[in-house]
Amino acid sequence: MSSPTAGPPAAGSQIPMRTLRLAGIGVALAVLIAYPFVITDALYAEFGVLTLLFVAWAVAWNMFSGYSGYISLGHAVFFGTGAYAVGLLTEHLHLTGGQIFWLLPLGGVAGAAVAVPFGLIALRVRRHTFVVITIAVFFIFQLMAYNFSFTGGNSGLSTPAFFWSPATYNNPFYYAALILAVGTVVLSWLVRGSRFGLQLLAIRDDEDRARGLGVRAMRVKLSAFVISAAITGVVGALWWFLIGQALPNTVFNPAFDLSIALMAFLGGFGTLAGPILGGLILEPLQQYVTITFTNGYLGEILLGVLFLLVILFLPRGIIPTARERLTAWRAWRERRGPQAAPIGAAGADRGAAAGPVVTGPETGTRSTPSAGSPR
Amino acid sequence: MGRQLSEAIIDGILAGGVYALMAVGLTLIFGVLDIINIAQGILVVLAAYLSYVLSVHLHIDLFLGLFITVPAMFVIGVAIHWAFIRPLRGRERTSMSLLASYAVALIIEGVLYTIFGSTYTNLRAWYVTGAVKVFGFYLSYIYLLGFALAVVLVLALYFTLYRTQFGRSIRATMQDRTAARLIGIDVNRVAGLTFGIGVAVTAAGGMVFGATGGGFNPNTGYDLISRLLAIIILGGLGSIAGALVAAVFMITLEGVVDVLWSPSWSVVVFYGALVLVLVVRPQGLFGRTAARAQ
Repeated sequence: MSSPTAGPPAAGSQIPMRTLRLAGIGVALAVLIAYPFVITDALYAEFGVLTLLFVAWAVAWNMFSGYSGYISLGHAVFFGTGAYAVGLLTEHLHLTGGQIFWLLPLGGVAGAAVAVPFGLIALRVRRHTFVVITIAVFFIFQLMAYNFSFTGGNSGLSTPAFFWSPATYNNPFYYAALILAVGTVVLSWLVRGSRFGLQLLAIRDDEDRARGLGVRAMRVKLSAFVISAAITGVVGALWWFLIGQALPNTVFNPAFDLSIALMAFLGGFGTLAGPILGGLILEPLQQYVTITFTNGYLGEILLGVLFLLVILFLPRGIIPTARERLTAWRAWRERRGPQAAPIGAAGADRGAAAGPVVTGPETGTRSTPSAGSPR
Repeated sequence: MGRQLSEAIIDGILAGGVYALMAVGLTLIFGVLDIINIAQGILVVLAAYLSYVLSVHLHIDLFLGLFITVPAMFVIGVAIHWAFIRPLRGRERTSMSLLASYAVALIIEGVLYTIFGSTYTNLRAWYVTGAVKVFGFYLSYIYLLGFALAVVLVLALYFTLYRTQFGRSIRATMQDRTAARLIGIDVNRVAGLTFGIGVAVTAAGGMVFGATGGGFNPNTGYDLISRLLAIIILGGLGSIAGALVAAVFMITLEGVVDVLWSPSWSVVVFYGALVLVLVVRPQGLFGRTAARAQ
């Protein structure tokens, strides 16, 4: 299974790139839609739901942190808020069964509502202070979930039972998560190409200069923060439906914040396809570790080790690094001259090299108005 | 109530001294390296476990054990810097190093859970259980000794920073990394040693914390780091005096809220104070406004 944007590259160069890319996306979507019919095992179906949820979350996180350069380690605040908001409504309205899916957007509203004051305070400070404040706010929310009477304290909130047939139990969750993930990716793509997205990237490269060029930095950052939070709130609400219980330390979970950041960094921080790829790799891996090893903390150690490896050896992420390698390789190939390689192979290679270069997202530095970023 | 309140204030000031020590290490690392060491909290817990192992298995007194744990934590600090912080380069260096230290924290936490489990541990000694009457209040010896230790170490740190050649290189690096390099300071060496010193103080902090608090387990690291972060932001990142004042102020405030309202809400007030200060002064109490704009 590949990410939608990195379609199969190894076709001839006669077919236009655009068609190829659309075909790739189509195939990926078809695979994703067919997944629950092929994989009927309940456990693996649940893996699929979780993976899609985390892909959506990572893309949403990247839409704010990756594009603006402000790393948020407090996104679990919106996740938890979404889960609790929908949970409390379900409880008060006495809803049952599939009805409660209609509450999902309200999780997003709750996440956005929290994000506005949070962002107004946290986005006033410098970048690394911002990271620290997001962590502090995160802990405030976890404490509130423990201490308020209406959150259920230590016992949390449980979903009403769903009486769906066991064979297709996960399908409603799966398709809701698929719609959410695809929608988020499309939104991220739209933002990437818009004026709004360019303003975010300009802030990431040099905030003072962007401001000098007329970018209303606070408004832009806050909008991205709120959009990202709203999606995260929906993800949290859907996660609660799936898992069936929200506890202060499972929805306001510090490991989530780090996993999300790792997914984006692994794939390529600030790129469009990076967090998708990162999520598709990491979430199944984490689920696998959880069910395979009895030591519950091994997953945590592994997450840490993997993070260090990525930071040290792949600091720019898979997609930018791979694209760089391919470009360098193609340049080397051309220097050697066409006579060195058989003609057929050279044609195929050009197709292979062109794939990621054209379809992959640009890096932040290339498309921004500020030319003087140090690199 | 009045009596409880004054007790809370005294306890707050004494415990605040220990937090000040741990926070100074954190803010010093930030000042020199421009990074925030998220692992500081779990390193305090690691140091507390080291003291625990030394006292329970080798029967070494907690304070004597510091002669082993302080160098040990120093070495761990230098090693973390050498392996994970020093190699980072480029535009996202600050954010990356923050994430790297978070990853280190996760690994240490996982290892500590695997070895010690999640049961709460306490450090024990005669001066932990014994108490002395001072001005009509019963105070555990460890609070007084811990405070004295914190004061001595903070003074030693001040002396090092302001009266030695090495301290001058640290301050020069804090002010301007490039200029410091130009006048011949080995900035990488200074950075490594500073990281080591910043982590070494957690040995003392961890020992006193482990003996005074309500016990610790690997999860305590989160609680600690969030408090320490609040303290150094309140004091102004990179400001040592700010860290000292903010630590005593915040811990005392927490103790007072404990008494006046409820222990479960005191932590929220703690962070609430941080948010309030940031609304008024985004750079913290003692922070410099335009310092190190990238």
